Amino acid sequence: MYGRYCSSIVSSAENPVSRRSRKQQLESKMAGADGDDSLYPIAVLIDELRNEDVQLRLNSIKKLSTIALALGVERTRTELLPFLTDTIYDEDEVLLALAEQLGSFTALVGGPDFVYCLLPPLESLATVEETVVRDKAVESLRKISHEHSPVDLEVHFEPLVKRLASGDWFTSRTSACGLFSVCYPRVSSTVKAEIRQHFRTLCSDDTPMVRRAAASKLGEFAKVLELDYVKSDIIPLFTTLASDEQDSVRLLAVEACVSIAQLLPQEDLEALVMPTLRQAAEDKSWRVRYMVADKFSELQKAVGPEITKNDLVPAFQNLLKDCEAEVRAAAANKVKEFCENLPDDSKENIIMSHILPCVKELVSDTNQHVKSALASVIMGLSTILGKDDTIEHLLPLFLAQLKDECPEVRLNIISNLDCVNEVIGIRQLSQSLLPAIVELAEDAKWRVRLAIIEYMPLLAGQLGVEFFDEKLNSLCMAWLVDHVYAIREAATCNLMKLVEKFGAEWAQNTIVPKVVAMANDPNYLHRMTTLFCINALSEACGQDITTKQMLPIVLKMSGDQVANVRFNVAKSLQKIGPVLESTALQAEVKPVLEKLATDQDMDVKYFAQEAISVLALA
Amino acid sequence: MLLVEDGLGICVVHLSPLSLSLSLSLSLSGAGGGGNDVQWCFSQVKGAIDDDVAEADIISTVEFNHSGELLATGDKGGRVVIFQQEPENKSQPQCRGEYNVYSTFQSHEPEFDYLKSLEIEEKINKIRWLPQKNAAQFLLSTNDKTIKLWKISERDKRPEGYNLKEEDGRYRDPTTVTTLRVPVFRPMDLMVEASPRRVFANAHTYHINSISVNSDYETYLSADDLRVNLWHLEITDRSFNIVDIKPANMEELTEVITAAEFHPNQCNTFVYSSSKGTIRLCDMRESALCDKHSKLFEEPEDPSNRSFFSEIISSISDVKFSHNGRYMMTRDYLSVKIWDLNMESRPVETYQVHEYLRSKLCSLYENDCIFDKFECCWNGNDNVVMTGSYNNFFRMFDRGQKKDVTLEASRESSKPRAVLKPRKVSAGGKRKKDEISVDSLDFNKKILHTAWHPQENIIAVATTNNLYIFQDKLN
Repeated sequence: MYGRYCSSIVSSAENPVSRRSRKQQLESKMAGADGDDSLYPIAVLIDELRNEDVQLRLNSIKKLSTIALALGVERTRTELLPFLTDTIYDEDEVLLALAEQLGSFTALVGGPDFVYCLLPPLESLATVEETVVRDKAVESLRKISHEHSPVDLEVHFEPLVKRLASGDWFTSRTSACGLFSVCYPRVSSTVKAEIRQHFRTLCSDDTPMVRRAAASKLGEFAKVLELDYVKSDIIPLFTTLASDEQDSVRLLAVEACVSIAQLLPQEDLEALVMPTLRQAAEDKSWRVRYMVADKFSELQKAVGPEITKNDLVPAFQNLLKDCEAEVRAAAANKVKEFCENLPDDSKENIIMSHILPCVKELVSDTNQHVKSALASVIMGLSTILGKDDTIEHLLPLFLAQLKDECPEVRLNIISNLDCVNEVIGIRQLSQSLLPAIVELAEDAKWRVRLAIIEYMPLLAGQLGVEFFDEKLNSLCMAWLVDHVYAIREAATCNLMKLVEKFGAEWAQNTIVPKVVAMANDPNYLHRMTTLFCINALSEACGQDITTKQMLPIVLKMSGDQVANVRFNVAKSLQKIGPVLESTALQAEVKPVLEKLATDQDMDVKYFAQEAISVLALA
Repeated sequence: MLLVEDGLGICVVHLSPLSLSLSLSLSLSGAGGGGNDVQWCFSQVKGAIDDDVAEADIISTVEFNHSGELLATGDKGGRVVIFQQEPENKSQPQCRGEYNVYSTFQSHEPEFDYLKSLEIEEKINKIRWLPQKNAAQFLLSTNDKTIKLWKISERDKRPEGYNLKEEDGRYRDPTTVTTLRVPVFRPMDLMVEASPRRVFANAHTYHINSISVNSDYETYLSADDLRVNLWHLEITDRSFNIVDIKPANMEELTEVITAAEFHPNQCNTFVYSSSKGTIRLCDMRESALCDKHSKLFEEPEDPSNRSFFSEIISSISDVKFSHNGRYMMTRDYLSVKIWDLNMESRPVETYQVHEYLRSKLCSLYENDCIFDKFECCWNGNDNVVMTGSYNNFFRMFDRGQKKDVTLEASRESSKPRAVLKPRKVSAGGKRKKDEISVDSLDFNKKILHTAWHPQENIIAVATTNNLYIFQDKLN
């Protein structure tokens, strides 16, 4: 058995080349023959459905509609679909493509009258072990369910759902969970009762996988049920799932809570939903509480302003003070949204007296994820609270976070400066902002430096050109000679964005001289940076500056002793060529490129020739 | 069956009303027992007969799947061999289905970590079967660094019919192709395929000693010397570190993780054992990081037995939950202990595996045997436990009847359905007839890995490079 295992690996590795050349041979033969021209490509596609090369099989599956079209509806139904039904041994990617194709195959099997023919292959795909394939099969089944007539739905589709729901393996039962809601609205009341019964059974399945699938579809199923059945059937199931012994099931009930709350009239919420929600918010398992925190905005909208005021505000406070950092971080992420959606009449009062005290504590949380989650939303509170409260209560928090030991916290504050700018103006912050930026700009971790570079154009826009020139310009230039390539690259890109913002004149005065000066740097990496900057800046700076100030430098560097610099000169010339005056192109660029095209170095030659042909100088 | 008369077998018996009724009901139910009147007899032996053992053939793990129909072994050569139980033969009811090779595949290859200049052995440290999810079977196998998920599936149909070539591969003249043919599936001889589905790599700095699948069916844990990671079975590019006992300064390192396992039905509970002889139970509901345990199981040390070797021999080499989830069993060098999850202060039962070695610890230290990691297992209804010893002996302890037995896996007694004779080691002094002296034990022949069929009295016992299968004698 071991031998076979090996030989199958070897054969699939060596075959494709020989097969492809054989195919080319055949194709050339075919072109000369008088056979049916349209038949040959289809024959190849069909044969490749069972090719040993996965890529070729995948290719064929993706063109399944072409095959079906050539075969006609009759043969597609009687020959192609039975073959596909048995193809479940294949690789996941092939099965995934197949499951997707079958979702839009109705016309190819003869229209809605025959759409039920697609059920057997999709049924077998709905039982494979790979979740992505199963989910795609279920998605396609849901899609084609709408194309079934009410009669076909009861005769063909609903029995399939039942078979899956009572399958031996949990894979088929999990797939069934996603199909109830699409057939329920369109079947007779007896069948409806059966469907509800099946769903109930799956909610108390032995395997947690199935209970999880049922819990995650509970909300969706509730939406298609009559309100009376929501109350009599769904609520008990919801309560049971929400107190399942496995927390992985309980946490999914939180999601269902949102959809169910939306369906019920306000007066029923207190009795039918709130006990479960309160219980979830205080669950023993942090994962369930995390889920509540994560879904808090949706829950808030679903239960309405009164319950929010009475129940959700204290619950939210507790989540912000939770003993598990993951929960606090999830709740901290929701602070802005929660406050925004509070009822207008009590918004300010609730924020000031209930939420803000918790937020203040989170600023000095022991966990950096919590602090950085808070930092990413806290600036948003300023628009809700207005200028005075922001200055009095929020500003000290912003300033504290700008001095946080964790760079991510500082970065998150800086990346959201625009919210504050609108309310109180950035000047209030600039005193603390500058040291924070400088520190991040010199952080030992290059990813931190990279992150702050990306915010530079934004900062420049808000701080204005004067402040920028005075405080930040030197930082931007220092990054150009960073020892990490990614930083130098980002710094180059940053210069381009700054020039777009501040204009060509500013570039000519402040940037270009410094860039040009680097061309004489003893380090060839820095000399190359000059070239990269010129590549990036030429377009934004325009013809005049490029021709007069940048081109001479580039041309001078063509005599550099390092080949890497020389071929980058060729690349730069190719890049800035279109921006240059045509006389300069002919008179100055052409001779240099021609000289580089005879360079000793192979790469220099190659790029010089490429530039000559792209710029049409030959 | 041997009756324990010298009192070596049992130390503490915990008799709460619940455990009493539990063991009563179990012994009445009968199936999968192992104590009472079970007579173990030889069924099969797998592996080469010659004494010259190739390193790669040494069996490193043995594991039944959840139905017991399949039995997987891993070896030092990185191979996994799966045996399947043949259907029962109606004409010979006394002989249950034998296990025959179902699939063999190379799970791991030797590798070299160029960044750390480390060789990574291909040896399979653990195999764990996943709960069955469709007609195919899935298992996790791990070496020191990398965990792999394998699918073992059967295929009995293959497609036939090409347009452009004959079935034997000869190409047709394309001009003769005037109609399209769709291939059809035809039956063929059964073929078993093993295919790698997922590779969970790069998450362990130290050597992986355990993997355990969670009862939520979607996550599993992997433990190395200092850390426990939690994985989702479908996600390979990230795992969560849930326990980290690495001290900031490695010179302060005093203990390592030796084994870890999930509770069989509480998805939030797992335990890990340490080289100091303690077991920590963690509740994943309390916190995302389980560095703080919720229970610590530890037996106070007996000062009269204290010696230079105390710490080494108290190191736990294996921990296993009982099927019902009420108890866990730990194996240290000389004993097996059963712990009630509700009592942390001491084990409810302690069984001596080879107490006669206590006087030999010095020489066992010198030949490194003292560091052998013996595993242990429960029978189907949790009333008998089994573990290995030296000289190809293995031990069973009947918890209800307080009986124990020593059996031997050897070629000599490997005649079909031959009943295994109990062995007895004399602890020194005068040796009775049929007794083996401690000095004549062969310490190179050791049984580290054993497995018990989840429902029936069928056991798999790995000697160095042979796998023995024994079953109870059916009358």
